[in-house]
Amino acid sequence: MAKYECPDCGCIYDEDIGAEHEGYPAGTKWEDIPDEFPCPDCFVREKPDFELVEN
Amino acid sequence: MTSKATQLYADAHPVAQSDEKDSAWIKSKRYWYWISVILPAAPLISSYFAIETGYGILLWFTVALMYAILPFIDRIVGLDSSNPSDELVDKLKDDRYYVYIMYLATAMHWVSLVGMAYVVSHFEWSWISILGGALSAGIVNGVALVAGHEMGHKVNDKAQVTCAKLILACSGYGHFFIEHNKGHHRHVATPEDPASSKMGETIYKFVKREIPGAFKRAWELEAERLHRMGKSEWSLSNEIIQPALVTVTAYTLMTAYFGPIMIPFLAIAAAFGWWQLTCANYVEHYGLLRQKDDKGRYERCQPHHSWNSNHKASNLILLHLQRHSDHHAHPTRPYQVLRDFEDVPVLPSGYPWMFFISMIPPVWFSVMNPKVIEWAEGDMNKVNLDADVRDEMFKRYHNPKVAA
Repeated sequence: MAKYECPDCGCIYDEDIGAEHEGYPAGTKWEDIPDEFPCPDCFVREKPDFELVEN
Repeated sequence: MTSKATQLYADAHPVAQSDEKDSAWIKSKRYWYWISVILPAAPLISSYFAIETGYGILLWFTVALMYAILPFIDRIVGLDSSNPSDELVDKLKDDRYYVYIMYLATAMHWVSLVGMAYVVSHFEWSWISILGGALSAGIVNGVALVAGHEMGHKVNDKAQVTCAKLILACSGYGHFFIEHNKGHHRHVATPEDPASSKMGETIYKFVKREIPGAFKRAWELEAERLHRMGKSEWSLSNEIIQPALVTVTAYTLMTAYFGPIMIPFLAIAAAFGWWQLTCANYVEHYGLLRQKDDKGRYERCQPHHSWNSNHKASNLILLHLQRHSDHHAHPTRPYQVLRDFEDVPVLPSGYPWMFFISMIPPVWFSVMNPKVIEWAEGDMNKVNLDADVRDEMFKRYHNPKVAA
């Protein structure tokens, strides 16, 4: 499972964990996350800004 | 294509400061932040003196504190030249001490509100004194929104989010942390943002799009989130409904125990708390506009898209909210490590005085319009302008300097 990092606040999107509170349950693949998805911590960076940190 | 202004500020950096004197001040601020716990008690302390002396007018004290005493102290104490160094930022940012102060402040704000409700309902006061008490409670409610703002950004810390909901509930403004984090921060300094003011727009016009616009945006964002989870927005999972229930319960209990005087008291205290936030939103991005790129997308929010004030006294009380550029650059950065930036738009005074003059539009325009023009280098196309006065403003101010 891959992990992606927000370049602003360092928040990690881990496919294993998802972003439960924002409505993306554990196991949600990065490709199933919409482009307009904002960082679930700082909300000022979007999916295309995230950087792959672990594949 | 980036505008000249963008290039100019793209590499804006904090004013470097880390000598011993400054480190000492930053460390002593640790204790100064207790002001967040003490300040909510100001209306209660003045009530004590009002009861002891029989001078009901003293219930106005916190209003005077906000608009007269604080601006004066700001002026005397001056600017805060110190910025935490990178090492100090690392040390301070995860120190829970600063969070505990916010938890204590949350409790104090409720003590203050209920205390003032008791004071206005259990003694003989003239209506003018009661008005002063309600407005004083309103000022404190405004301060509560600042603490709620601070904690509301820490969405990965459940305890802080819970306290944010509780403290925002003092004035029934629980939707704020959703609207602010996901709405305002995303659309800041654009005409689409109901929480960014436009040049030529009076605060009285601004508030009519700010309050309803912010609520609508919060509700839509929360409904979207709940729908993704397969839930209805009309459920207890709705984070707007949760704090609203706290407000309704508390206000109902106060009305039941303290009588019908609670209806005007709580309404005025809440509305005046909201008004403080309106003033903050009005001041923070007045006239500033993000440019669009070739694809029609707004450039990222940059340091030059926020007005800043580096006044020492008001920054302590407002949790460095006035170091607003750093806040927008890094929304989750905690208050104790927010930094001052070089080359950012600067307000002539701290928020308390700016809030006061924002309520007198001719004075506000005469102070701030020239500053916006200077910021935009005379190019009115770069300004977030009120459409109703667009032609007039262009005629009066448009004089773009030829780029060197």
